[in-house]
Amino acid sequence: MDKQSQHKKVVTKLLFVVVGMFGFGFALVPLYDVFCDLTGINGKTSNVAATYESVVIDESRLITVEFITRVNTGMPWEFYTETKKVKVHPGQLQQVDFYAKNPASRDIVGQAVPSVSPGPAAIYLNKTECFCFEQQPLKAGEETLMPMRFYVDPQIPADITYFTLSYTLYDVSEQAVAMN
Amino acid sequence: MSSVAEEVHHDDDHHDHHHTPGIKRWLYTTNHKDIGTLYLWFAFIMFLVGGAMAMVIRAELFQPGMQIVEPNFFNQMTTVHGLVMVFGAVMPAFTGLANWMVPMMIGAPDMALPRMNNWSFWILPFAFLILLSSLFLEGGGPNFGWTFYAPLSTTFSNDSTALFVFSVHIMGASSIMGAINVIVTIMNMRAPGMTYMKMPMFVWTWFITAFLLIAVMPVLAGAVTMVLTDKFFGTSFFNAAGGGDPVMFQHIFWFFGHPEVYIMILPAFGIISHIVPAFARKPLFGYASMVYATASIALLSFIVWAHHMFTTGMPVVAELFFMIATMLISVPTGVKVFNWVATMWRGAMTFEVPMLFALAFIVLFTIGGLSGLMLAITPVDFQYHDTYFVVAHFHYVLVTGAIFSIMAAAYYWLPKWTGKMFDIKLAQWHFWCSLISVNLLFFPMHFVGLAGMPRRIPDYALQFADFNKWISLGGFAFGLSQLIFLALLIKACRKKGDSVPARVWEGAEGLEWEVPSPAPYHTFETPPVIK
Repeated sequence: MDKQSQHKKVVTKLLFVVVGMFGFGFALVPLYDVFCDLTGINGKTSNVAATYESVVIDESRLITVEFITRVNTGMPWEFYTETKKVKVHPGQLQQVDFYAKNPASRDIVGQAVPSVSPGPAAIYLNKTECFCFEQQPLKAGEETLMPMRFYVDPQIPADITYFTLSYTLYDVSEQAVAMN
Repeated sequence: MSSVAEEVHHDDDHHDHHHTPGIKRWLYTTNHKDIGTLYLWFAFIMFLVGGAMAMVIRAELFQPGMQIVEPNFFNQMTTVHGLVMVFGAVMPAFTGLANWMVPMMIGAPDMALPRMNNWSFWILPFAFLILLSSLFLEGGGPNFGWTFYAPLSTTFSNDSTALFVFSVHIMGASSIMGAINVIVTIMNMRAPGMTYMKMPMFVWTWFITAFLLIAVMPVLAGAVTMVLTDKFFGTSFFNAAGGGDPVMFQHIFWFFGHPEVYIMILPAFGIISHIVPAFARKPLFGYASMVYATASIALLSFIVWAHHMFTTGMPVVAELFFMIATMLISVPTGVKVFNWVATMWRGAMTFEVPMLFALAFIVLFTIGGLSGLMLAITPVDFQYHDTYFVVAHFHYVLVTGAIFSIMAAAYYWLPKWTGKMFDIKLAQWHFWCSLISVNLLFFPMHFVGLAGMPRRIPDYALQFADFNKWISLGGFAFGLSQLIFLALLIKACRKKGDSVPARVWEGAEGLEWEVPSPAPYHTFETPPVIK
């Protein structure tokens, strides 16, 4: 085999590696989500509504769930909940209402992004209904009460007795317009 | 030996007729030595440009309070200083050394892909032209740190981010082409009889570095592309509102970034492994263990990236894993330092300028390695994170590590390149001025860092004033010391000085010392015989 075709062979293989690694960089995005979903280490809760069927309520334990609300920089909405904290038995269905108002003079679409701390509790938080599953359009001056229903999976490890669910509200008007 | 020299000389005369005169020689050249020279001069110019930015940073930090530049410009200086030094100075300098030395060390006539070699150099000046020109645009250039964390580089950056992204793409393409060329050259062009385990250490370390480059530069290209689309095309890779995650940026970036720091140090290990045996007049202690240590460092570099992110709120298990994996790297690195010391043990040592730089490298790089070990300890990293302690750490490994090794290499091989001995007095001045000033510059940074001075901030609390004054003075002195190096290099390129024999240093081993000095334009057109 002459030098040129020898070179070509190695170059071809290396180019495959280069293209493969470029792809791998992008594959890290879904891999990251899958990894976080499986392990729940990122405090991300599921974006899909859970069903509440034949759940056994474990009355021997009480879990404290705390709620934090905040708005992202530049997002003018008022956003809070009167319920700062609830104590629930694992398996017990609980509703918490969140209040949002758009005091600005323009229509704004909001998107709430949940996060649970400590992270490992996230996969045991099952939401049957949540405003965070979809975008919230509010006209200028409009206000709304947004319900969130959840139960804590009875499988939750015994060492987790207290966790915090935080919602950050983002202004996604531009993205929402782009999508329509 | 003389027959080889004559033969080479004959070829040299023959080919000299084909020299295109003037600038076209350099634009069209496919000769590995010409391209090596271009890379090295480019790297040196970028070193001065990036150094000038460091001078701006140190001038602002000379006193507490804001006096010379706007905070936004200060941020641009820290950002572009980092980018220029990493991608413009250290990496091209190593590529230049690889171009010059790898073919000569393995007995090859040239790089395997000479035209691509020309191309991979000549796109580089344009990358930096784009990056540096962005500084003069309205709103300024990149100001989010060389690590371009989202959302600083997406939501909060200005439109010049597009120029930053394209320039990084071009730098990446250049490095990838350079790396492919090195791998193909080493795999296919070794002289008959040169088995892998007979390759010189510089060739080995570059071989492994080149694999690191083709593995992670594409990931960097992906990361900047995601920043580009997030900023300009409405994607949400790193935007939580759209389902993305800004912490994921750090994972992707450091998956590139950590192997990148070994890309900048492995060739240095190779250089030191040539210089120490030459001036200790003993063969390198533990050649095989050096090769395996280099390979283990390269492999481990892929599983330690999150030690840059201990404070992002990772679970304890992950922090423990990354802490232990990081500490594991000090084992192969320790093997290397031990081997260099063992090489010197009972050697007939002399202290020519390349050896001075090599010795300074071993001591000062080890200091940088030990502060790295401190940073690896998760609980204390919470205190050190984003302080000047980190700045001290990575400047010890990059300036007194990578850059000192490049200077050592320049002094070691310069007489081979020019055929004349460099000005030894100037070189010694350069070494001692650099050594003293670099420690004045970076050592006190450990203390202000431990005391809590944050990095990348143009102002600081009053209690850090004295230390910062000394740090800045050290910085200015180190900057000026490099002008001695510039003067020496200009003198060397004008071929002033005494002629040197083929084996410039009596203890030096390797094929590059068997061709005449200066190395003829074409070497090893007939492969040498390896014993």
